[in-house]
Amino acid sequence: MPDNTLDPKKWVDLYADYLYNYTISRVSDPDVAQDLVQETFLAGLKSAVNFKGEASERTWLISILKRKIIDHYRKINSNKGKAEVRMNYPSDSDENEGDWLEQQVADPFDGNAEDSMQNNELGLAIQECLSRLPEKQAEVFKLKTIDGMDTEDICNELNITASNLWVIIHRARTSLIECLNKSWF
Amino acid sequence: MKEKQSKIFLNCKEAYHICDKSQYEEVSSWQKIKLNIHLFLCKICRKYSKNNKKLSQLCSEANIKTLKPQEKEKIKKVLESELSK
Repeated sequence: MPDNTLDPKKWVDLYADYLYNYTISRVSDPDVAQDLVQETFLAGLKSAVNFKGEASERTWLISILKRKIIDHYRKINSNKGKAEVRMNYPSDSDENEGDWLEQQVADPFDGNAEDSMQNNELGLAIQECLSRLPEKQAEVFKLKTIDGMDTEDICNELNITASNLWVIIHRARTSLIECLNKSWF
Repeated sequence: MKEKQSKIFLNCKEAYHICDKSQYEEVSSWQKIKLNIHLFLCKICRKYSKNNKKLSQLCSEANIKTLKPQEKEKIKKVLESELSK
């Protein structure tokens, strides 16, 4: 008996943000990331018959997405002739600095490689915890905390009262704290 | 709820509420004072407040990106048309 089943109608609500974050940290172009997420869902639909139910829905979708990202890079790399070749000649003035202007500029991301990696992990951890919340809680929390929407706007859009919203936010926060507690607090 | 708000001392439920709101900078300074008085007195809320702040900090550090609702709708439509085939 399969332990997990697929429910494609809920995929976008449940996993789109998670997959999008996963992708954007790897391809960094928002439009490309969005396309890849969509392609992943479509590929998921096509191969849904092969889903054995051994992994969770999300793990399965991520494994498809990984292949899509690799394909994406293969495609880019096969666009031959566009590759930029740079040659470095030793410069007289400063031995260590390159001739290219870009190489002389301090790279603000250089020392932060580990930081950004950790932030990416953190982002995925939060997304994972969010996906365990009831849909409504996750939705409200995302709108409020991540998108920074006004309370009033959220209430109008979702048709709830302000006190309703704060109760949902409180529940979401309590569960998230508990969920993230082990590794991040 | 309203008549209670004039008091200096909050109960835990009100303290939670103000603590949640303060994560989004939506509280008055008087509410903040009342919250701090409560936190001074109540260990449980103090712990919640600490964790709550940490959660806000983590969320902003994580730099999470979400797809816009329109974009999600677009993907949903594509999926639906594929499903109905």
